Amino acid sequence: MTPALEVLATGPLVLIEDEGRPGHAAVGVGPSGAADRSAYRLGARLVGHGDGRAALEVLLGGLSVRAHGRVTVALTGAPSPATVDGRPVGHASLVEVADGSVLTLGMPSAGVRTYLTVRGGIAVDPVLGSRSTDTLSGVGPAPVRAGDVLALGDPGATFPEVDHVAHPSHRPVGADPHSPTVLEVLPGPRAAWVGGWGGGLGGLLTSVWQVAGQSDRIGLRLSGSRVERARAWRDAELPSEGLVRGAVQLPPGGEPVLFLADHPVTGGYPVVAVLTASAVDRAAQLRPGDPVRVIPAP
Amino acid sequence: MSDVPPPAPRGGITVLPAGPDAVLLEVAGLGQVLALAALVRAAVEGGEAPWEAVTDVVPAARTVLLATREGTDLTALAAAARALAPALAPTLAPALDTKARSHPDSVRLEGGSGVVDSPRTAGKSHEVGVGSGLHEVGSGTGGHEVEIGVRYDGADLDEVARHTGLTPAEVVLAHTGMPWRVAFGGFVPGFGYLIGGDPRLHVPRRGSPRASVPAGSVALAGEFTGVYPRASPGGWQLIGTTDAVLWDPDRVPPALLTPGSTVRFVDVAATLEPGTLP
Repeated sequence: MTPALEVLATGPLVLIEDEGRPGHAAVGVGPSGAADRSAYRLGARLVGHGDGRAALEVLLGGLSVRAHGRVTVALTGAPSPATVDGRPVGHASLVEVADGSVLTLGMPSAGVRTYLTVRGGIAVDPVLGSRSTDTLSGVGPAPVRAGDVLALGDPGATFPEVDHVAHPSHRPVGADPHSPTVLEVLPGPRAAWVGGWGGGLGGLLTSVWQVAGQSDRIGLRLSGSRVERARAWRDAELPSEGLVRGAVQLPPGGEPVLFLADHPVTGGYPVVAVLTASAVDRAAQLRPGDPVRVIPAP
Repeated sequence: MSDVPPPAPRGGITVLPAGPDAVLLEVAGLGQVLALAALVRAAVEGGEAPWEAVTDVVPAARTVLLATREGTDLTALAAAARALAPALAPTLAPALDTKARSHPDSVRLEGGSGVVDSPRTAGKSHEVGVGSGLHEVGSGTGGHEVEIGVRYDGADLDEVARHTGLTPAEVVLAHTGMPWRVAFGGFVPGFGYLIGGDPRLHVPRRGSPRASVPAGSVALAGEFTGVYPRASPGGWQLIGTTDAVLWDPDRVPPALLTPGSTVRFVDVAATLEPGTLP
């Protein structure tokens, strides 16, 4: 019997994601891939299979799956209280699930995206070299639904080397829930439009922001203050140009947009800063209302 | 940092920072973008350092974005990009300059978090003096040629005729009479911004965008023409429809129109013998 996961229930959204599909931006398809890449990669390392295999990106818990065959799994990213047949199992740990047993993920206590990595990977057909769902372009597998039976791949000849890692949460356990998440940025191509680095990027670096409600895998909007353009650029207009994951774009209203995995390939507003790779991963775990500070990367 | 906008680069390449894994190359206009993108694609296909680390080449109106694998030495890549400037210079011609402006009313997709460009807005963005001359820029750079059969039955054909002072039949002849070139993609998978056709066809986009433009619609806006790969909101003027499949993820390459390729539109009705129409 080919090992598989039978999906019994999902929460708000469960997507299949991997490292993504770079190389197609010129024809309108962005790289997509796991929104919190470090959590996704930690899962792949824990279960001991090679790079690039697909995992499940679970938004706000609610997933319940039955193992067909004995499977090895790991949960990383947002810490969901998880059980196997009602018995609690650890986060960022190797978990063996016996044939017929049911793994259930509850609502995460922090963050929003939990990665369920299954040894061997989710073996749906790749599209343009990736099994990732791109919610903007519509390329990739459909969202996972109750009733789906997800076949698993051959795990290959590498094996798990550790049973558990300290889980690098974006918000350490015990931290003040009201203290802002800190996101590090590098200068963007249009940093001068907001006065440049020396000018605090027009207030981007000096304000405390809140994550706005309209936030998803494409990006999240920060509210609570305004980034001001430098005088010389107040009325300047920008022809559209290529965008990257982590781009901090400044629309006319002055509330910045942080682009995540499913960002559009081009945009017509100035990109004043770009998040570091680890800051993008932390941003992908933010909830609406979370306080955020943006600082220069060291 | 200067408080005054620097002049647009002339004959040179400005390398702008774009985060840990990308650089943005800025040139004077769309003609130079096409030439630079062709040079960069050739270098990437050549596979030598530092170009082998480039994963995406994204041309746009005045820039070419180079996205790389994580951990790439961007200093070396920036130097290699600047070294392309002399090869770019011969293509700098006044006729190819862009006075490109932005898309201040870009639409929001997917719950409003993504601010993206679309044909709703892009049509009025650029004034590129490109006639037949553009066709020569980047010729011999590997772009392929595509023929697209069109039924010129678009809902805005009469409107386009009014704007241009042509008859609808003359609009069709103008659209099919000269080859177009794919300048850049974006908006949705498989959409290409085509330039270089008959300059008499420059028309404004519609006053109010349509909520849904059918897949296969052939449209005009600004100096661009384009084909909607799938049903989507759009503000371009619709002049016809095609059965061509613009985007097929199972095809290699999936996009029919890739940056640099040449496109000829063919009037399907004109190729039918009289009496064969139902």
